[in-house]
This record gives sequence, C-alpha cells and structure tokens, in this order.
Amino acid sequence: MTEFWTRFRRDRLAVAGLFVIAAFLLSAVAAPLIAPYDPSEQFFEGLTLEGSPLPPNATFWFGTDTNGRDQFSRLLYGAQTSLMIGIVANGLAVLIGTTLGLVAGYMRGYLGAAIMRLTDLMMAFPPLLLAIAMAAILKPGLNIVILVIALVNWVQIARVVYTETVSLSQREYIEAARALGAGTGRILARHLLPHLVPTIIVYATLGIATTVLLESMLSFLGRGVQPPTPAWGMMIFESQSYFLNAPWLVFIPGAAILILALAFNLVGDGLRDALDPTQRGRA
Amino acid sequence: MLAYLAKRITASLFILLGVSVVTFGLTYMIPADPVAMIAGRNSTPAVREQIRTQLGLDRPLPEQYVRYLGRLVQGDLGRSYARKSDVGPLIASRLPPTLLLMLAAIVAELLIGIPAGIYAASRRGRNADKVAMTLSFVSVSTPQFVLGLTLLYLFAYVLSWFPLGGYGSFSHLVLPALTLGLAGGGWYSRMMRSSMIEVLRNDYIRTARAKGMSEWRVITRHGLRNAILPIIAMIGLDVGIFTSGVVVVENVFGWPGIGQLMWQAIQSLDIPIIMGVTIVAACFIILGNLVADLISPLIDPRISLR
Repeated sequence: MTEFWTRFRRDRLAVAGLFVIAAFLLSAVAAPLIAPYDPSEQFFEGLTLEGSPLPPNATFWFGTDTNGRDQFSRLLYGAQTSLMIGIVANGLAVLIGTTLGLVAGYMRGYLGAAIMRLTDLMMAFPPLLLAIAMAAILKPGLNIVILVIALVNWVQIARVVYTETVSLSQREYIEAARALGAGTGRILARHLLPHLVPTIIVYATLGIATTVLLESMLSFLGRGVQPPTPAWGMMIFESQSYFLNAPWLVFIPGAAILILALAFNLVGDGLRDALDPTQRGRA
Repeated sequence: MLAYLAKRITASLFILLGVSVVTFGLTYMIPADPVAMIAGRNSTPAVREQIRTQLGLDRPLPEQYVRYLGRLVQGDLGRSYARKSDVGPLIASRLPPTLLLMLAAIVAELLIGIPAGIYAASRRGRNADKVAMTLSFVSVSTPQFVLGLTLLYLFAYVLSWFPLGGYGSFSHLVLPALTLGLAGGGWYSRMMRSSMIEVLRNDYIRTARAKGMSEWRVITRHGLRNAILPIIAMIGLDVGIFTSGVVVVENVFGWPGIGQLMWQAIQSLDIPIIMGVTIVAACFIILGNLVADLISPLIDPRISLR
C-alpha cells in the first residue's frame, strides 16, 4: 500500500487530478453554503434592459444565463448532478459489469457464452444513441439517467473482468480451493474478486470520466436530468442560441465538464501505472 | 480464409438479429399508444380497434416481432410521426453528408494522431512525450459539443476563417471534421505511441541502429511500417465511435446529415426515427468491426485466423 502510494505520488498530473476531484466534490457538497444565490431564482437585475444575459461581474461572478439566473450558483449545483450521476451510475455499471464478467469468466459454459454474446450485442450499439433511445422511451429524470447510463456502460468492465477471471481461474490455487470443497460463491468472492480489485479500481475511475461526458451529452440533447435541476450540459443547451453574444454561458460549464472528466482520466491513468508497474507507459 | 469469413459473417448476422430484438423491445415499451396517435383523440373505440388490427397490435408478441423483423429485412424502418414520411428513405437521403463528414474526420484524426504518436514515442519519457500524452487526455476528455462551439466561436465568429456552419464546400467541412476527429486523434496518438515503442524494442531495430542508421530513418523506414499496422485495423471501428459524435457535431454546425435528423427526432420524440437511426448505426458498427477483423490478418500475416 505504501509502495503504491509512493508510485502514485510520483505522477504529478494524477495527484493534481485528485486535488481537482476533491475540490469539485467539496463544492458540490457545500453548494448550499458557497452558492451566493438560489440556482433557480430569476433576477430582474440579472438581465440587461434588452433582456440579454450579463457577462461576469462583481454581483454575478460568472455572469447570468438567458433567464437571469446566477451562473456561478448553477455551476455549483450542476457539480452535484454531474458527480452524483458520475459516481452512482458508474458504480452501478461497475457492479453489473464485475458480477457478469466474474460469473462468465469462472463458469464459462453456456452461461458464460450467453453473457459474452450479450456484451457483443451491447457493443453493436453506439452508447449515446442507445442511451437516448432508452431515455426517450422512459420518462427523463435523475433516476432514469442513472439507470440508462449504467445499462450502457457496464460492458467494457465486464469484458476486462472476464478476461482476467479466465486466466486467474486456471491457476493452481483455485483448483486447490475447489478441491478443499470451497463453493462457487466462496471462490468468486474470496479467491477471485480480491485479485481483480486493482483492475476494477482503475476502470471504475476511468469510467467516471466517460459517465460525466455521457451525462453532459444527454443533458445537452435535452434527455438528461430535467429542469429545474441544474446540469452542465443542459446549461449549454439552454444558452446555445445566445452563444455568439454570450460565449461565457458555454465556456464556463464546458470548462467544468472538461476539467472534471480530465481529472478522473488522469487519476485513472495514474492508478493504472501505480497498481501495475509492468504496464507503465502503455496506452 | 473463407471459413473464417463465413464464421465472422454468421456471427455478425446473429448480432444484427439481437439488435432487432432490442429495438423491437424498446419500441414495444413506449408508454405512448401508437393507435391513439394515429386515430386522434376524438376517435371512436371501433375505429381504434380497426387501426389496432391494421397495425397488427392485436397479435401475440412473437408474431409481432416476426412481422417487425420481416419489415426490417425489406428495409422498412417504419413511418416518422412528425415528418409523415418513411424513415428508411429519410435516413438514406441524409447518409451522404454524414459519410463525407466521417471520412473527413478519419483523415483529421489520423493526421493528428499518427505524427503525434510517433513524436511522443521518439521522445519517450521526456517532457515532449509527457506534454503530448497530457494533450491526448485533454482531447478525449473534451465534450464534443463544447469543442465544436468553441471552434465555431474562435475560427468562424471571431476570426471569420470559416463559415458559421452549413454545408456545401470544403471550408464548411473543416471545423466539424476537426471537432469529430480531435478526440480520435488523441486515442490514435496513444495507440501509435505504444505500438511504436513496442516495435522499437525489436532486434532488427537494434541492428539498424548499430549499423549507423539515423534515428529518423530507423523510425520511418523500419518502425513506422510495422507500428502502423495495428492502427490501420482500428479505422473500421471509428465509424461506430463517430455515430454518437455526429448527433452533437451536426447539430452544432448545422450539417444536414443523419445526426441532425436524429437531433430533431430527439427534440420531438419521433421514436421511429430514433430507432431507425439506432439500427442503421448498429449496422455500421457491425460492418466496421467485420472490416477491422478481416483487414488485420490481411495486413499482418502474424495475426492468425480463428
């Protein structure tokens, strides 16, 4: 563990990413305390006399949106949406993917083949389009977005876990455990899963970056969480027509999405290098 | 080779069948009643019943699926609610602009990714390598709609180098292709780098260096040829990755392709179009995977056919 930490600390970008994630988490949790205004409150003085949004100024730090709402407060509450969906939806995807990959890799046979063919099928769908199709049919909302993203994103981790489980299952200690009378559940949970933890951690972290991006696209397409809940993608969607006159309405939430996704990607990459030094320098 | 081909094609057909089951299931789950949408609010129960029979909705589920599959095989993707026209021809007419955009995006990502990857590999471990790899992370972490809007603002609005969206000339193509291709360029630079590093470990590279060949020639003459093979095989997969991106990019740049059609269908909840585009995209992905699988052994004899 200390060895791991020493290696991880050497990757300055990954450490920076960790700080960024911590800062975003903190501002999301403390949004009600930090936010100067209610994110849904429409200010009369938040629009110019012609009804245009205000650029960043002393009262509204990041300017106002097309409805005269405070962009900074909306950004903070938007972090709640992004992180919540990123962590919960991806957590679900990791849970589904790990379980199915583990079972398919250890049991093999018809069940394993069926699970792997299911991943083949899922990979034939473009994730965004499948998510849109599902979100279009079900009523959009926070829970549905989480469910849809989880159902789309479990595939990659299932395949990775499957491949590792297949090779682990052939080791002698697994055979020994089975000879000693350990049941399938015990072998999966006690003898296989612990060895997969590093891989799962890496893919879970990288998966949050993917999830944050997918959620922002869904909400940019109007199929993510619904108003009045603030979401970064939706903030950009709502201001798209005003964009050339009020570019900060796109740049600020856009930068937030980019920085958060980048932070998770950098941490994930740093974890991969630190947990498995033989992979060092590989893509 | 033929046996391999037959096996891969059969597998692809089964996946296509699976795709049709999923899209049928999703269509069936729609809470909105298609009969009410066609008949209108003030229709009598008798008229509704007649339409239900016409649409075959009174049949058992498996039979409905078989009919659905039969229509799909004939290229019938159903009728758009909002546009009052058939989805198949609608998608076909939007296909050429999208294919052009995807082709341009592939060119863009290769032009960005391959030189960047070679450069990073040749500077492995040094600052230039670290900067290039960090930039590749930035490119894959950028949401495409943000990148598109930013390029549009800078190069079309502020600098006026390119038109503010639209379709028709080469200058219309540059920004959307760049938006779509930049993330791919990031991926390709990472893959090219690791592939090149792998190749540069070989003995024949050491021999080439030992006989006094310049590093530039070692990389271009001996390294590149072998390192680029796995990269070329990946191009088939890009089409699938791009199908998500075009929805966003075409909307931002007003590009009249499938993505824009999809965008409009999403806004008006035009389910037949959403499903039609999803099916067509899945066909593209399956085809792309097939091409990638078939190309790899052709360009690299070391990859065995299974």
